[in-house]
Amino acid sequence: MDRATVETRALRVLRPIVITVLILVTVFPFLYMLLLSVRPIEELLQNPGRLWIGPSEWTTRTYREVLTSADSGGQGFLRFLANSAIVSLAATAVTLLVSIPGAYAVSRMRFVGRRHVHFLFLAVYLFPSILLAIPLFVLFTRLGLRGSLGGLTLVYIAQTVPVSIYMLRNYLSTIPESLEEAAALDGYSRLQTLRKVVLPLAAPAVMANALYVFMIAWNEFLFALLFLVEDRADWTVSLGLAQLSGGIEVSKTVLMAGSVVLTLPIVIIFFAAERLLTEGLTAGADKG
Amino acid sequence: MSVTTERPPAPEEGQRPAKKQLTARQRENRAGLAYLSPTLIVVLVVVVLPILWTVMLAFQRIRLINLRRAGVFGEYSLANLETVLTSPGFWSSLWTTVIYTVGSTFGSIVFGLIAALALRAPFRGRTLVRASVLLPYVAPVVAVTFVWNVLLSPQFGLANDWGVRFLGWDRPIAFLSQREYALNLLGWQVDIPLALLTVIVFESWRYFPFAFLFLLARLQAVPHELEEAARVDGAAPTQVFRHVLLPQLSAVIALLCVLRFIMTFNKFDDVYLLTGGGAGTEVVSVRVYEFLTARFDVGAAAAQALVLALGLVVLLAIYLRFLAPRVEGDQD
Repeated sequence: MDRATVETRALRVLRPIVITVLILVTVFPFLYMLLLSVRPIEELLQNPGRLWIGPSEWTTRTYREVLTSADSGGQGFLRFLANSAIVSLAATAVTLLVSIPGAYAVSRMRFVGRRHVHFLFLAVYLFPSILLAIPLFVLFTRLGLRGSLGGLTLVYIAQTVPVSIYMLRNYLSTIPESLEEAAALDGYSRLQTLRKVVLPLAAPAVMANALYVFMIAWNEFLFALLFLVEDRADWTVSLGLAQLSGGIEVSKTVLMAGSVVLTLPIVIIFFAAERLLTEGLTAGADKG
Repeated sequence: MSVTTERPPAPEEGQRPAKKQLTARQRENRAGLAYLSPTLIVVLVVVVLPILWTVMLAFQRIRLINLRRAGVFGEYSLANLETVLTSPGFWSSLWTTVIYTVGSTFGSIVFGLIAALALRAPFRGRTLVRASVLLPYVAPVVAVTFVWNVLLSPQFGLANDWGVRFLGWDRPIAFLSQREYALNLLGWQVDIPLALLTVIVFESWRYFPFAFLFLLARLQAVPHELEEAARVDGAAPTQVFRHVLLPQLSAVIALLCVLRFIMTFNKFDDVYLLTGGGAGTEVVSVRVYEFLTARFDVGAAAAQALVLALGLVVLLAIYLRFLAPRVEGDQD
């Protein structure tokens, strides 16, 4: 047998193994999270190596503890969920509002400094967020914005706008310009053209972008930690989970339920829009 | 890069001659800037000015207590930089950062490449598998670090329990809190930096989907004829990979190296949440955070962040000078 045949046969066996390992490695931690979240804590401490327990032993006490408000003796994650939702939705809306015209300008119009804009965004993207965190920490302390959800939203907008513009620009430049010229002949102003012609065509890209921004804002941790840590009422889910897991008084299974609550919205959104998102993220990658 | 094509003149140009003495070009210029101005304002206020301010803070003796008096016209000195550069642990943390970054970048790209090659050909359920593989990347960092923490815990972690029961470990291994682990390799005692290695593995796990996405997208754009021709000539799969696919992928791999390197170099939350910076995993960003929140030394924190950023700029410059041209040369 020559080398080609040997290798082809070996790969035929190897490939399913690699795929199985891949699925196991990526999905298992999430499954573990889910399984632990419904286990009674005593059972976990006795049998840490046991993976599966029958549905009859499952408990929902963990979820109840995580979700009931702090006043009623729970961990108050409903409040945190609301905070996260407010911040993420607001950041998404404003980012789109700011970056759609921006992306349109960068992709379509010729203006002074258009080429440099690109560099500016790249620099923003590359600078350490910890570098940004210090002055913003100082600034927000001075302005009294530290500890406010509004301040945090502002930071998320600034963090996502550059990538947002980049993603949208790639898509907008695929829309034929002749459509816009036709609209202009029909007497549309530029803004009307953008709203009535370009936006409907770019809807998938805008959706993908919205999801991306939402995910970034929902998952973010550092700025939430720096700005919101003092007042429990303001915590986002990420921050709440991190803060509570540092202590010993909350049991691990309850925190696992918290992790599920934090992860679930993102996973649902992601599976609903996976194709959109991955295409938006890798747009232009295949051009090498 | 997009090629700037010559636009036809705007349709209304001839009809309204020079109302405000503005040419179509000037009008477009204004409109472009106007459309971009919200973005520019946000980026300027929340990114550019703060970065400039960090530079100023780095050269002033400022602690959180005297922050209110700090202004543009403070007393500038190199004291912070001196404190930072001579403080114990700074150089070792910079070294840790470099090892952590190189290891994670390499790991995530290699895993991503393996995954992309394995999931390249269509099979039943591929879409679902592809989506699942992306999970570590899209899931919130706090949740995944927490799961890893529990999974690797010496008290009730699954990994240690199974390791002791099935793999014959003498005792549970504290993956995330043990600095060094004496490994017996064929009679040689080797100390491996256990916690750092675990963090690197975690980072490779969390970010390989990112590399996977880009590599898969590029792989699918490789013309079929190229591979067909190689196969017909009797090339083995590894030869096809080495001589046909790898050259096609080199540009994306180079881009991924740069992107992943930069992002990992600056990363704070993964290490902070996994180990808190203990057991030999103190990267610079975690140190900056410590200076800021535990010592309230804003000036020293800013100086350290600045050193981190400068280090990055230097590395990028080296890359652009020595590596980038060669990659372009490969493409020709």
